[in-house]
Amino acid sequence: MSVTTFVIVSVIKTVIALFVLLTAVAYSVWLERKVVGHMQNRWGPSYVGPFGLLQPLADGAKFLLKEDLTPPHVYKPLYIAAPMLSVIFALTSIAVIPIGNWVDIFGLHIPLQITDLNIGLLIILGVTSMGVYGVALAGWSSNSKYSLLGGLRASAQMVSYEISLGLSLIGVLITAGSFSLRTIVESQQGRFWGIIPRWNIFHGQEVAFFIYLMSAYAETNRIPFDLPEAETELVAGYHTEYSAMKFAMFFMAEYANMITVGCLATLLFLGGWNGPLFGPPLLQAILPVFWFVAKVFAFLFLYIWVRGTLPRFRYDQLMAFGWKFLFPLAIANLVITALVVALRS
Amino acid sequence: MVPLPYYLVLSGILFACGVTGFLIKRNIITIFMSIELMLNGVNLSFVAFAAHWHALSGQVFVFFVMVVAAAEAAVGLAIIIAVYRTRETLNVDQVNLLKL
Amino acid sequence: MLHLVLFSVFGAICVAGAVNLLVQRHPINSALSLIAVMASLAVEYLLLGAEFVAAVQVIIYAGAIMVLFVFVIMLLNAGEEERVGGSRVAIVFGIPGMLVGSVLTAWVLLRYSGTSGVELGAMPGPPKTIGWLLFHDFLLPFEVTSILILIAIMGAVVLASREEIPAPGERGEV
Repeated sequence: MSVTTFVIVSVIKTVIALFVLLTAVAYSVWLERKVVGHMQNRWGPSYVGPFGLLQPLADGAKFLLKEDLTPPHVYKPLYIAAPMLSVIFALTSIAVIPIGNWVDIFGLHIPLQITDLNIGLLIILGVTSMGVYGVALAGWSSNSKYSLLGGLRASAQMVSYEISLGLSLIGVLITAGSFSLRTIVESQQGRFWGIIPRWNIFHGQEVAFFIYLMSAYAETNRIPFDLPEAETELVAGYHTEYSAMKFAMFFMAEYANMITVGCLATLLFLGGWNGPLFGPPLLQAILPVFWFVAKVFAFLFLYIWVRGTLPRFRYDQLMAFGWKFLFPLAIANLVITALVVALRS
Repeated sequence: MVPLPYYLVLSGILFACGVTGFLIKRNIITIFMSIELMLNGVNLSFVAFAAHWHALSGQVFVFFVMVVAAAEAAVGLAIIIAVYRTRETLNVDQVNLLKL
Repeated sequence: MLHLVLFSVFGAICVAGAVNLLVQRHPINSALSLIAVMASLAVEYLLLGAEFVAAVQVIIYAGAIMVLFVFVIMLLNAGEEERVGGSRVAIVFGIPGMLVGSVLTAWVLLRYSGTSGVELGAMPGPPKTIGWLLFHDFLLPFEVTSILILIAIMGAVVLASREEIPAPGERGEV
């Protein structure tokens, strides 16, 4: 494939991926409001369009048309830059996430992934680490006590749970033998005894999946770990002083992070795009994407289900859980996985 | 094809900026950040030489430098917090007595 | 050619960030310029083929150590530095030093320009080989650095913790 072809194909893939991701973010907000509403025995949004499906459009219009208020006491450069940083880092990790197998279009053999780096997983961890800055700088630059406290709490929580997140993924890396996400998914093909799929969650990484789930809830500041943005405690935490489009950017960043974390869980623990293939070749080319999206959807549903069900942790309970329980558990999981793999080979 | 001395010059400039910052700044946190800048310059030298002589141990050494920098930053910032609690200032010129 | 262009662009960002660190008066701006320096250094490492080192630079240096710095700046709420009067020593030694330094830099850049040097991605450093080296040839430094981290953790916790004020009834009888 020549360089120009490669560049054009990459640009098209990037545009499609961004478009799909932003639409998914908008509709995951809709999904959350509907699901939480039904759990609380009420309809969610149902007025705008059938089943409230046009609600995200209405929300987008609202955010764009609202007055963008910049309080006079903020530190302006960082105040404006912080939501941009959040969104940029939230959207960057889509670049290494593969959603399907190779496809052959117009004689080109292209992977359904913007770029297949052989350190793909490290890139996602790096981008997650950098995502802390959006929150911390937003809290500090707003120059208000609720924002500062919320920002400090949120960044301390994110940094603490990043460790367990990373450690829980190392067990998967040891069994798969590579950092490249495509290789990890391909190592989960096939089934045990013809019935149980060979996903990592059934293949010895159950504890790792639990640790990853808890760390993901804490990283994305979701219930039960959402004290940094709890309305009853800190007004709105680090995004108290933000309005209109900047607030919408934080919102988008949070849901984009959720989707990224869901995609990562699907790739590493739930087998990625592996699933039963049937039908004509055209269907077989599209089915892996369908399985991938279905698994991400299931993971997001789990996220929203937990949000509608559990109360939130107090901050010291939260930090104690991360440092005193998840971190040793993750290390124990790592040691045992390494031992098993070493003894088996 | 970038000549090796270009990488070394860049590393030298970063190191020199770090030394300058260490000497002229009065805020103790900025002094610490200049130390980190020096360490980064040195890391670039290591990786450039590893690439030039095709010896991977240069990259492994960068790993160790980063770990030492992390440990030093953690302890140094803890000391800064302790100093701030008693002296109420972050200006190194005013932390010049053993006893308040 | 592309290698030279990429090196120059990210090298310029590195130098600009380093100079900005010196020039800025508020420590948060210095911290942000240092993060920019580290990010562009990560790209430089990628140009040299050290992919694992580049990823570790972003994750650990820019993503954890600098977060620690930003935390402490936010926590202590350090204001801007006051502009102290210029030091004569700095001017006497500094300005000739800078001139000598820039002359030296220009000489090196001109003398070695055009010579063959490192290629793009010269020493590929995949995680597997680095891991092999780390756990075979460099096992002793690896273990020693893990003990160093443990000591640093204990030191940081002890140094930054507040002293407990004993409750009125707790002063023990002698």
